[in-house]
Amino acid sequence: MNIINLILTDYTLQIVSLGSALLGIISGVLGSFAVIRKESLLGDAVSHSALPGIALAFLLTGTKNTEVLLLGALLSGLLSTFLINGISKYSRIKFDSALALILSVFFGGGLVLLTYIQKVPNANQAGLEKFIFGQASTVLLRDVKIIAILGTILLLLVLAFWKEFKIVSFDIDFAESLGFDTKKITFLLFAMIVTSIIIGLQTVGVILMSAMLTAPAVAARQWTDKLHIMVILSALFGAISGIGGTIVSSVVSKLPTGPMIVIIISTIVIISLALAPNRGLVWRYLRNVKNQRSIGEDQVLANLYHLYVNHDNEGHCHDLITINPDANLQQKGKENIQKQLEDLKKKGFTRSNSLDKWCITDSGIEYVENYFKEGEE
Amino acid sequence: MSPDLEIQIIAVIVAVACSLPGVFLVLRKMSMMSDAITHTILLGIVIAFFLTESLTSPLLIVGAAIMGVITVFLTEVLNNTKLVSEDSAIGIVFPLLFSIAIIIISKYAGSVHLDTDSVLLGELAYAPFDRLELFGRDIGPKAIYSMGTILIINLIFIIGFFKELKIVTFDPALATILGFMPSLIHYSLMTLVSVTAVGAFESVGSILVIAFMIGPPITAYLLTDDLKFMIILSALVGAINGVLGYQFAVYFDVSIAGSMAVMTGVVFLLVFVFAPKRGLVTMIRRRKSQRFEFAEKSLLFHVYNHEGDSDERVELGVDTIQNHVNWDKNFLNKIMKTLKEEKKVYIEDGIVKLTKEGRDFAIKSYEEIVSEF
Repeated sequence: MNIINLILTDYTLQIVSLGSALLGIISGVLGSFAVIRKESLLGDAVSHSALPGIALAFLLTGTKNTEVLLLGALLSGLLSTFLINGISKYSRIKFDSALALILSVFFGGGLVLLTYIQKVPNANQAGLEKFIFGQASTVLLRDVKIIAILGTILLLLVLAFWKEFKIVSFDIDFAESLGFDTKKITFLLFAMIVTSIIIGLQTVGVILMSAMLTAPAVAARQWTDKLHIMVILSALFGAISGIGGTIVSSVVSKLPTGPMIVIIISTIVIISLALAPNRGLVWRYLRNVKNQRSIGEDQVLANLYHLYVNHDNEGHCHDLITINPDANLQQKGKENIQKQLEDLKKKGFTRSNSLDKWCITDSGIEYVENYFKEGEE
Repeated sequence: MSPDLEIQIIAVIVAVACSLPGVFLVLRKMSMMSDAITHTILLGIVIAFFLTESLTSPLLIVGAAIMGVITVFLTEVLNNTKLVSEDSAIGIVFPLLFSIAIIIISKYAGSVHLDTDSVLLGELAYAPFDRLELFGRDIGPKAIYSMGTILIINLIFIIGFFKELKIVTFDPALATILGFMPSLIHYSLMTLVSVTAVGAFESVGSILVIAFMIGPPITAYLLTDDLKFMIILSALVGAINGVLGYQFAVYFDVSIAGSMAVMTGVVFLLVFVFAPKRGLVTMIRRRKSQRFEFAEKSLLFHVYNHEGDSDERVELGVDTIQNHVNWDKNFLNKIMKTLKEEKKVYIEDGIVKLTKEGRDFAIKSYEEIVSEF
């Protein structure tokens, strides 16, 4: 009751939650494309690389306005992706190595600039460090407006270029052959992903931003094979974790927002991996058990069929060991075969006589013969 | 020893110790694993800290090493479900473990002398203040000994298991057949990476460890094809980066570790552009000369194909040949000029003709190209 009261009355909390929710939606939508293009670690690199941009923007302009700092972050984020792509394209160095190098070198550059700013007289650098870990509580209404405006532009662009983004994400060669300008489309998508990362820096910080980009999309991917549903779900998961993380961290004392958001979204990922229909691990396990059982039943029925075919007396029934000679050797072998025979009986494929001996029924024979016929076809 | 020299010695030891396992991370295409491990060891350190309540206990290193291996293991488990691609698996595992660590630290901040800044960013300048005393005598900064030990362990591992590492890195399938147990080598290497990272984090901070692990090896990778030489070269590059970074930091009075990372980037970039065989400049020049050579041959083939034909005047006419080869006019003129200078073609009656030399060259190159298929 207290919590609900707090949410309804606390103005700061409302602002911060709104900001986190918007952030979750934006990174959820654009993260879907990054995940499909197997570029989720790019988010990590871009967010780390944003640090020198933030410091330089402050050093040059002397203001701590969010939009100025974010512009600096955007430029150095774009420069880093340009370098990463250039290195992996023009040398034998792999994409992941280029990513790791640029990420840490840029971050180091950011530290150098931050320590330099500390020495500049009259420059109060306090507040720049919040970008390393993020500090949702410093998000102001003004910042939320910026997030909302940028977010609206990004989402409208996604809608406008939906077809193009979809095709370059799944099959870029095909897109090229259809005459799409893949270079321009990829660059636009890239720039949009980078922008969405930059938007989140203030709230979750450079280190955890990659999770905001990856996790909602990975969770959403488990529930569907359709891109538009995945994008919507991903936005939803992003929003839920944004709001959830903000509220939990404001209710519990000394709980940082960014990490809390990451923990919630990671929980959603784990639940999705386990429970999502069809793809989920639990479903996969159940399906395996079911398949194994039906293969086992088919085997027993086939054995009964062979006994029936090779036996002179058609109505003759057999004991368990005759049906499966290995049953004595296997652990619980007899129990298993008994159970399989009972299950088959429910389907009407077998019958047992008073001596606990089993035979195949007419419909069982029909099933086996159909089965073999299908196999031949 | 002056603090100046001590810091540089520590910087060099850290850089060399990091670059050794880094070589194999790069070659095994696992560079981003260093990113994940350097973040998640924080959780190992935090947990070990709460168990031992000491920041100097060797258990911290054990905890961090275990957490590093757990990170690799979790990433592989997630990847093996086939529900998540490898990059996404890394992108999910390490932020989660890192977040847990940050939350624990913030919850107990104040009562704990462990703040995230010192772990993530480190400060080499303070290293000389933490001294090691033996029998009451000061024998130098502790970091020299702790990182020195890790460096020696890395050296022993790499020299001792060089053959195994080599075969597991370049041909894991063959290694399995020969009974080398790739996964054992793999996890040993990952343990080494974690131990090195945790040893280095105090001085340079965990994020910059990535620069020292990946930067020197990929710089060396552009200069050599020999594994042994690559290891030696990357250790050397690491040492140079350390010293250069220190000088830069002192000159501008900025973060030493940050400067070392920046220098790693600068040195890499220089090698990337100017490396003798694989540098950008050499490559662009080679591509250009290949394009030029290919164009020369193409033009010769064109002339050879059409010489003596009835439409010779159209196909090979000085003014009309451009329409048939479909090249930029300047480019065509340049090729034509070179061919004339090399005495492979001449102009007679406004028609391009082959000299005997040119014809022989065209036939020879044509046969070379065809025989390649």
